[in-house]
Amino acid sequence: MLFMGDGAIHNHQELKELARRCRNDIVKMTHAAKSGHPGGSLSAIDIMVSLYGTIFRFDTNNPNWEDRDRFIMSKGHASPAMYALLHQMGIMDEDEMMSFRTLGSVCQGHVDMNWTPGVDFSAGSLGMGLSFGLGCSIAAKMDGSKRKVWVLLGDGETQEGQIWEAAMAASYHQANNLRVIVDRNRIQNDDFMDVQMEVGDIGQKFSSFGWTVKEVNGHDIPALVDILEWANVNESPIAIIAHTTKGKGVSFMEDNPSFHGMAPNDDELSIALEELK
Amino acid sequence: MSAPSSGGASRDGYGKGLLRLSEDPRVVVLEADLGKSTKSCHFREKFPERTVSLGIAEQNMMLVAAGMASSGKVPFASTFAIFTERAFEQIRNGIARPGFAVHICGSHGGIHTGTDGSSAQSIEDLGIYRAIPKMTVIHPCDDISAEELTVQLLSLDGPSYMRTARNKTPRAYDEESVSKIKIGKGSVLSHGSDLAIVACGVMVHEAMNAAEVLSQKGVDCTVVDMHTIKPFDSQLMENIAKTCGCIVTAEDHSIIGGLGSSISEWAASNHPIPIEMVGVNDRFGESGGSSELMEELGLTSESIIQASLRAIKRKNTV
Repeated sequence: MLFMGDGAIHNHQELKELARRCRNDIVKMTHAAKSGHPGGSLSAIDIMVSLYGTIFRFDTNNPNWEDRDRFIMSKGHASPAMYALLHQMGIMDEDEMMSFRTLGSVCQGHVDMNWTPGVDFSAGSLGMGLSFGLGCSIAAKMDGSKRKVWVLLGDGETQEGQIWEAAMAASYHQANNLRVIVDRNRIQNDDFMDVQMEVGDIGQKFSSFGWTVKEVNGHDIPALVDILEWANVNESPIAIIAHTTKGKGVSFMEDNPSFHGMAPNDDELSIALEELK
Repeated sequence: MSAPSSGGASRDGYGKGLLRLSEDPRVVVLEADLGKSTKSCHFREKFPERTVSLGIAEQNMMLVAAGMASSGKVPFASTFAIFTERAFEQIRNGIARPGFAVHICGSHGGIHTGTDGSSAQSIEDLGIYRAIPKMTVIHPCDDISAEELTVQLLSLDGPSYMRTARNKTPRAYDEESVSKIKIGKGSVLSHGSDLAIVACGVMVHEAMNAAEVLSQKGVDCTVVDMHTIKPFDSQLMENIAKTCGCIVTAEDHSIIGGLGSSISEWAASNHPIPIEMVGVNDRFGESGGSSELMEELGLTSESIIQASLRAIKRKNTV
C-alpha cells in the first residue's frame, strides 16, 4: 500500500476500517507494555488516518524520502497511535510494535525519530513540536520545496508558552506550508482541562495570531478528509481544531482522565477488543 | 612568550566566522533580537534570505533550529549566553537528544560582561551544556581563535555550544598560530615543568600574565588555552599532568561544573595530583566595570599566582 498523496485511499469506509485496526493495536500494545497513553492515542487516530490515508505525501518504501511531507507528533506520548499506523501501513512489523516501551525497542515511550523509521520528530516534552514544524516549514520555503508540514498538538499542550511563540513567529514568517491540528479532547494528565486550567477558545487564539482556523469533529472521517484536503491547497498557516473524545472507541476509556496514561489490564483488554471488532 | 597584540572581542570573531561559513549554502543564521550584540548581524546584512529573525523567544528559536537541521540546514543560533539557558530543556531535548548539528552561540558570558549585572552574567553555562550527552562545548579566548573555531564547527556532526565574550581581550594567537588550533585539542601556549595553568576564555590572558610573573620567581609554567571544554582532551591532560605534577584551572565561570570541575573529574580517576581552581566561588556577580568586577570576584592573574603557589606547595608536600 502506498501513501503518497496521489495513491491515497480517500474511500471513507477503508479509512474507518484502518482506524478500527489501529485502535485494536493501540489497546493491545499498551496492554502488553503495561504502560503508555491509550486515551490520547485513541482521540488522535482518526485524524492521523485521515491525513496519512489521503493527502500526505509519503513513501512507505522510503520513509526518509527527503521531500516527503512532515508529520510532527508534538503530543509524543500518543506514540501508540503512530506505531499502530506505521504497522498498518506496513513499515513496522507486529513484533516491533508489540515490543513498545521495552529495552531496545524501536517503539520508544514517546515518538523518537532516531529510533523509528517514519517518525519525523523526537517528542516527549510538550510544547516543542510547533517550533520544530516551523523550522521544517522555513527550510522547505528556502529550498523552494512544496512539502507541507503537519503538526499534531494536544490541547493541554497549548498551555505551554512556546506554542504561542511559534504561532506568532509562523505568522510573521508567512509559514504558508505549515498546518496545525489540535486534538481537542479536553483532558490533560491530571484531569479535565476545565478543572486543571482551561485554555478557552484555542481557534480564536490562533486566529488572533494571524492563522486561518477551521473547526471539525475529529472523529468524523468524511469531514476530516474534506477539511484536510481544503487545508492542503490553501496558502496560509492553518490551524484545525479537531474536537475529539479522549479514549474514543473504548467505552470505559471515553472521557475518562484515568486512561490518559494508564494501560488496560487483562479484563479491560478483552472488553476493549470486543468493542473494537 | 611575546606580549599579545590587541584584538577584538571573541564575539567579533564569531561574526567573522559566520561570514566565512556563508560559502556553504546549508548554513543559516537564527537570531533572537540580539544580532547586533552577538555579531550575527554581519551575516544578516549580507545574507538576509538565510537569516531567520525570531524575536525575543529563545525556546522557539532552538526548536526552529532543530526543525531546519532536520531539513538539511546547518543552523547557527545565537543570543546572550544567559538566554540560551532559558531554552536549556529545548536544547537538551530538542537539539542534543536527536543529535542535530545545531550550533548555539551564547555571547556576553561570564562576569567579564560587566555593567549589566548578575542577571546577564552567565556563570553556569559551560557546566550545564557539558552535562548534556553529545554536546561540544567551546569557550574561545580571543577574536581570532573564536573565528577559527566557529569555522571549524561546520565539520561537527552534532550539536555545539560556544560561549563568547562581550568585551575585548588581548590576542593569545597570531595569524599563524591560530591556524593550528583544533576543536577538541587544547592549545599549549607555553611550556614549563613546574606547574600547568589550564584556562579558558578571558582567563587565558590572565593565565599568561600569571605565568610571566611566576617565571620571574623561578616557576616554569605550562599554559594551556583549553578552548574546548568538551570533548575533554585527556591526552593533553595526561601529558601535562605527568610533566608538571600540579594544575591550576582558571575560568570566568562557577568553580562548580566548568573547566576546573571537568579537569578535577578526570584527575580523580586518572591522575590524582594537586589542583587549584580559580573561578567564581559559588556566588552571583553584580554590576560594575569589567576589570573591577573581575578583581572583586578574584578572576585575576594575582589569584592565579596565589593558586599556583598553593598548588606547588601541595605537590612538594605529597
